[in-house]
Amino acid sequence: MYKIAKENLSALFQLIADSQELYLPVKTAGQVNFAAWSEEAEVDLDTLKSVKSPKDAFFPQSENLYTVKREGRKMKVEPESLKSQKFVVFGMKACDVKGLEVLDNVFLSEPVDTFYAARREHGTVVALACHEPEESCFCKVFGVDAANPAADVATWMIGEELYWKALTKKGEELTETVKELLADADETAVETEKEAIHSIVEKLPYMNLSLEGWNGDALSEKFDDKLWEELYKPCLACGTCTFVCPTCQCYDIKDYNTGNGVSRYRCWDSCMYSDFTMMAHGNNRTSQMQRFRQRFMHKLVYYPANNDGMYSCVGCGRCVEKCPASLNIVKVIKAFQSQGGEK
Amino acid sequence: MQELVNRAKKLLEDGTVARVLGWKAGDLPYNPEPAYFESAESLKDFVYNGFCGANLSKYMIEASKLEGKTLVCLKPCDTYSFNQLIKEHRVDREKAYIIGVGCKGKLDIEKIRNQGIKGIESIEGAELSDAAETLKVRTIYGEKSCSYADVMLERCHVCKGKEHRIYDEQIGESKETKDGERFDEVARIEAMSPEEKFAFFKKELSKCIRCNACRNVCPACSCRKCVFDSNKFDSSQKANVDSFEEKMFHIIRAFHVAGRCTDCGECSRVCPQGIPLHLFNRKFIKDIDELYGEYQAGDDTDSKAPLTNYTFEDAEPSIVGKRG
Repeated sequence: MYKIAKENLSALFQLIADSQELYLPVKTAGQVNFAAWSEEAEVDLDTLKSVKSPKDAFFPQSENLYTVKREGRKMKVEPESLKSQKFVVFGMKACDVKGLEVLDNVFLSEPVDTFYAARREHGTVVALACHEPEESCFCKVFGVDAANPAADVATWMIGEELYWKALTKKGEELTETVKELLADADETAVETEKEAIHSIVEKLPYMNLSLEGWNGDALSEKFDDKLWEELYKPCLACGTCTFVCPTCQCYDIKDYNTGNGVSRYRCWDSCMYSDFTMMAHGNNRTSQMQRFRQRFMHKLVYYPANNDGMYSCVGCGRCVEKCPASLNIVKVIKAFQSQGGEK
Repeated sequence: MQELVNRAKKLLEDGTVARVLGWKAGDLPYNPEPAYFESAESLKDFVYNGFCGANLSKYMIEASKLEGKTLVCLKPCDTYSFNQLIKEHRVDREKAYIIGVGCKGKLDIEKIRNQGIKGIESIEGAELSDAAETLKVRTIYGEKSCSYADVMLERCHVCKGKEHRIYDEQIGESKETKDGERFDEVARIEAMSPEEKFAFFKKELSKCIRCNACRNVCPACSCRKCVFDSNKFDSSQKANVDSFEEKMFHIIRAFHVAGRCTDCGECSRVCPQGIPLHLFNRKFIKDIDELYGEYQAGDDTDSKAPLTNYTFEDAEPSIVGKRG
């Protein structure tokens, strides 16, 4: 266990950035999102949640896959190179780290997504425990411990000091490179902080949310429920919930006309959008009710069915805070619960 | 609020309306959702308070297709949107029973959070009947308070007035909230150098995640199929491939709603990245006022709109060069 004074954090960031790319929460025009560090960047470690989750660092909203160029009568195909340089993501929260586990199950299982795998291989995650969890948080419901992020390095901001503990080999390697700025510390302060976080977590309104009835076997029962016809109605069919979510992993692949060729890129897709999963056959989901249902069925039924019961929600609460119509996964779970046996 | 619920019950029971479109209490003190109520019993969840910012006019496009009348609760600013939708033949006046609800300004939860208030358990003072000027917020980190006016939505500070432009009946008192001038912020940006303007909008728009919340909530964006949703063109919506595209999306949208935008402020209210999108629209409104005479979209249902009505006095395209 090490520690570093808060006032020396910019020196720490500078030192990390000297040898590799560094992504961390940066405030731009009033909003905090993960972005590349620079000396001018306004680093914000106090805001609990970035607007977008940090999944961009591993699964960017938009990325080029390959480019086709016309050269005379020939076509030249240039594949996009895979990530080959090391980088650090600093300040991820425990829920977002768990989100990576959800993405790993999708992208690292066969056939492996090479773009994602290369980023995971080269990325080191330094997570920050949640000093003051908020009312929209419900990570505990999904087995996440806000006080103990399971990353390469776990850190705790306690008063004017940041405590630092490497948890993996990658974490130890990073620690070696910044050791000159770290001082030895004992775990007492961190243990107290963990207890404080746990006691706050117990007080949060969503912490006792029950997931009873939501599992991989509940397919027909949940799919056919009449409740969806009511629940989707206020939905504006925007993609806010999916784009701020740390676990949404659906993407679309499109061609961008460059004038003398195409760039084939992929970008996040949203099940809320009318052309989601539109293919040549032309008959994708036809109603917003079906699209709305898809989002929650995927997170709470289909994903667990394919991943040993693991849910693809980590309780970060971003959808709770950001949905323009105040809909969210918690309200859906609660609505099914209060409906009880009557169907 | 009880008066509103009682009236809604009565109108449901006597068959005047088939459903009520209002807001349903949320599971946190600040997240009521737009909702339909089809029985007197279901109205127990009805709520109307400072967090009911959502403009329900746009929902009436779909509700106009349903059997029977829909009782819709519209705040003064929402009625401009409803009028504009009538003008565009997107809603059916005969299918709506409009209760003009009072308004003392709507609250912005982001502004409450920006005051450092978190871990919210309950909020007192957000009721319409409440005369309190202060919100008392109980949080897991202790009691907090903030001034109601300080955490109001931007649009309420430049309110167009608390008069409903269209209604069947009115319920609830309103309170004046205007304490700023609507075009001040636009004028401030107009005064910037082109480089400063570009930098300002680039910084703001670089946050855009193309979630389309601004478009989907917008009562003026009522195309059945948006060009940005069409998978037959390169204009498809999903990616902000580069900074060019994200700027183009918002600028094209602003052009498309020009002259029809009532300045209801929903685009800025719903933006997850807090982009002041209303500034684009307000710039158009200011220009229209200056070039064609003052015009407020949604003021009425039948006047001729400046951009779709030719007169000999219209500004010539050369005005662009003259104005710089």
